[in-house]
Amino acid sequence: MIDLGPHAVFIVWAYLGVAMTVAALVGWTLYDARSTARRLAELEARAPRRAAR
Amino acid sequence: MSIDTTPKQSWWSRIAHPGQFVAWTSPLLWPLTILTAVLFIIGLWFAFFNSPADYQMGDTVRIMYVHVPNAWLSQFVYGVMTVSALGTLVWRHPMADVSMKAAAPLGAMFTALALFTGALWGRPTWGTFWEWDGRMTSTLVLLFIYLGIVALWRAFDDQLRAARIIAVFTLVGAINIPIIKFSVDWWSTLHQPASVFRADGPTMPGSILTPLFVMFFAFTFLFLTLHLKAMHTEVKRRRVMGLQRRMAQGDAA
Repeated sequence: MIDLGPHAVFIVWAYLGVAMTVAALVGWTLYDARSTARRLAELEARAPRRAAR
Repeated sequence: MSIDTTPKQSWWSRIAHPGQFVAWTSPLLWPLTILTAVLFIIGLWFAFFNSPADYQMGDTVRIMYVHVPNAWLSQFVYGVMTVSALGTLVWRHPMADVSMKAAAPLGAMFTALALFTGALWGRPTWGTFWEWDGRMTSTLVLLFIYLGIVALWRAFDDQLRAARIIAVFTLVGAINIPIIKFSVDWWSTLHQPASVFRADGPTMPGSILTPLFVMFFAFTFLFLTLHLKAMHTEVKRRRVMGLQRRMAQGDAA
């Protein structure tokens, strides 16, 4: 790792903060996508049976 | 008809039909993800291992490689929402309000990151984390606008009605974008004026511009990837709501 000089703590926290936020954003986007897709699949599986009654 | 089995139509119909939009744009997700990851790897390598310290700011210039892309996205995402708001109000495009809703939380996050990285850059450079000057205050106002839009989307059950109200709010809020852009020219401020996109060219050397541009594209493609995925999710969420409504009506009948 390179020497980041006397203000290394500011640089490291800036990148850590961005990395953690981006990771949370990607995680939330994927979680939301999967839970919505699962809910849609459940409803679509139930809907044709209801229509056929 | 399932969201994945809708018949093939012309490209214009595809992007107007939510199910076709999802089917048509899904193959773009993996290439966009890979491109984003590659750009981040190259950008971070340049940022930490292949770029010099600035002759005045020293190594804190490396914060610029995450600050400027987030600051750019805070305004670009609002631009996307403004065009989408016009799409909702003027053309009643079915995907416009989906785009508007999917972009709002992403824009809020990029704006929060621009403020966070700016504060961490400001402390060693200016001696303060925060100053109530034109650029920082107008960017904070942008964050509040984003959060207001996110809250408004959650406040309405009828998403089509919400879209029109939020589209008007978004267009009114767009006045803040030129204020942010020109705040450094209009008012006395700690923040430096534009140093990349200038009529007389950038004021930085190529060794600093290269990591900046790579990270700029990495974050922009990150937004495009997440926005597209969030749009797909929103289309499916609306289908879920439609099915739930139909089932509830069936139960009531």
